[in-house]
Amino acid sequence: MENKLNVPTMASLFAEGKQPEVLFWVGCAGSFDDRAKKITKAFVKLLHKAGVSFAVLGTEESCTGDPAKRAGNEFLFQMQAMTNIEVMNGYEIKKVVTACPHCFNTIKNEYPSLGGTYEVLHHTQFLKALVDEGRITLEGGTYKGKRITYHDPCYLGRANDVFEAPRELISKLDAELVEMKNCRKKGLCCGAGGAQMFKEPEKGDKDVNIERTEQALETQPEIIAAACPFCNTMMTDGVKNKEKEASIAVMDIAELLANVEDL
Amino acid sequence: MSYLPNIIFAIALVLGIGFFAKNVKKLRRNILLGKDAEVSDNKPQRWRNMARIALGQSKMVVRPVAGLMHIIVYVGFVIINIEVLEIVIDGLLGTHRIFAPLGSVYDFLIGSFEVLAFLVIVAVVVFWIRRNVMRLQRFLKPEMEGWPKKDGNLILYIELVLMFLFLTMNAADFKLQQLGAAGYEQAGAFPISSFIAPLFDGMSISTIILIERSAWWLHILGILAFLNYLYYSKHLHILLAFPNTYYGKLVPQGQMSNVAAVTNEVKLMLDPAADPFATGAENAEEPEKFGASDVQDLNWVQLLNAYTCTECGRCTSECPANQTGKLLSPRKIMMDTRDRLEEVGKNIDANKGVFVPDGKQLLDDYITREELWACTTCNACVEACPVSIDPLSIITEMRRYLVMEQSAAPTDLNNMMGNLENNGAPWPFNQMDRLNWAQES
Repeated sequence: MENKLNVPTMASLFAEGKQPEVLFWVGCAGSFDDRAKKITKAFVKLLHKAGVSFAVLGTEESCTGDPAKRAGNEFLFQMQAMTNIEVMNGYEIKKVVTACPHCFNTIKNEYPSLGGTYEVLHHTQFLKALVDEGRITLEGGTYKGKRITYHDPCYLGRANDVFEAPRELISKLDAELVEMKNCRKKGLCCGAGGAQMFKEPEKGDKDVNIERTEQALETQPEIIAAACPFCNTMMTDGVKNKEKEASIAVMDIAELLANVEDL
Repeated sequence: MSYLPNIIFAIALVLGIGFFAKNVKKLRRNILLGKDAEVSDNKPQRWRNMARIALGQSKMVVRPVAGLMHIIVYVGFVIINIEVLEIVIDGLLGTHRIFAPLGSVYDFLIGSFEVLAFLVIVAVVVFWIRRNVMRLQRFLKPEMEGWPKKDGNLILYIELVLMFLFLTMNAADFKLQQLGAAGYEQAGAFPISSFIAPLFDGMSISTIILIERSAWWLHILGILAFLNYLYYSKHLHILLAFPNTYYGKLVPQGQMSNVAAVTNEVKLMLDPAADPFATGAENAEEPEKFGASDVQDLNWVQLLNAYTCTECGRCTSECPANQTGKLLSPRKIMMDTRDRLEEVGKNIDANKGVFVPDGKQLLDDYITREELWACTTCNACVEACPVSIDPLSIITEMRRYLVMEQSAAPTDLNNMMGNLENNGAPWPFNQMDRLNWAQES
């Protein structure tokens, strides 16, 4: 049994009259999905390692409303958004970091006009800054020379032009970054966006995640790096479908960094 | 009697431009059937986008072969149109090559027009081969059957004919200049048509004049006809690409608009001071319809998008749903929107300026629910469009109608939304368990 993580909540810090440097927005997948919870924990360990003062909302956090909005339910989205904004504004939050590109996009772009304006960072951007500042050192050659291909999450890449932070982190691992034929602005969706995660796909010849996994496999990677819990699920399913799970791991960038740091 | 050609020319010009102007008016009216759009912000950025994307063709070259060929045809048509200015002046005044006194500048101009005309012919032939011999997949999708396919080829044929007429006219002129025919003074350089001129060897001067005049007339009448073809064709993009890129989305692609009417409602719902028994005012207006089921529910920029689409299919070929065999094709979304808008426009024309409900709408009669629910909102189509069209915004607007007006979401999504309402998460987990991960090893 590992040590329990120390995860301060905004409520507890607020009671002590403290304000953390940043709010870690965990998101629904990061809170409830077994695979994504590992990413959440890896990121928390990195935050501790770097000595970042952070807090989570814990039970006061609620879905950003992204899947409702993309499904067409603007009412439900705005109900979620305004409730969350009220909570965040109540804690006078200035800076938010999240490991989910959907939460990132929604809070960064769609909350301001509803009264919630914060500096919002994706965890790859935040980690990149920690590495640049020397707060995380990335010593140890766990991934030295390994072939890693990076899957651009639509809502991080194309939607918000964050292409380089995750790639720079991978290159700092001394790994060999290999690009898929569709990458950066032309990245192919994993199939989960637009609330597809929560429904059966419409009928067609193939599932989108299989198509994307095939592109990833063409690069003959040892690791498929993702930066989104939903992409992670879709790519993991794709790799299993191709019966490659013994030789190819699907991992979040935060997990790669945490492993290097032996956390 | 000697003024007859001038008069015929003036009449042709007035008819050609007048008919076109009439269609432009109709086009404008149809586009303005859409709702208001907030696009008056950040003018400098909008001008820059237009300069870079439309004028500078920056997104065309993402696909280098098609991009380069397109730039040739585009530059060719823009520059060769300087020649049209001379033709129009000559036609009205009865002069011949009125810019000839420009001397070496004129030689340079005519010479470059000819080289461009030749390059346009090459590019058009390549385009035709791509569509009809290589049969590139994106030109063969189901929505391209029938008129769209014919339209695409027809444009290529017209361009080809216009370029040949231009070169024939120059070749005959060059020959007449060599023969010293009256009224054909030495003017211009003919790097391409000088290779055509030998075809006229042995013909009498009057025959060559007949050829020159016929080519001249057919060329300008052809241009006027082509101008009027635009409204009925996907080729409208040569004009609308400019306003369309100007009015294109400026915020991050991932940002979806927030519906203001909903904001007011939600604020009221969350306001603890709101009177729960309040009833609406007696004469309150009927609440606005949420989302879009027909073209009038879309905003005018989305309708402008529809007329701007030139059916190149780059959106569809990048669409993950389409690539995996789903029914959705972003290009079809745009083509359907235009077709329905045209139908609504014709309805208004036929009914003295008022739209009479025809029992049809964009949803179901044109765009099916299966298409709408196949979208992953990944923005690949938006990124791919070389002229800043946003098919995704139409898809999400129609989803809004299905969900908020019709409660017609797929069952899985209704379950997800039910969970979200009850637990604050798309899965059936209790919000109070949200921090349990911190306690798990």
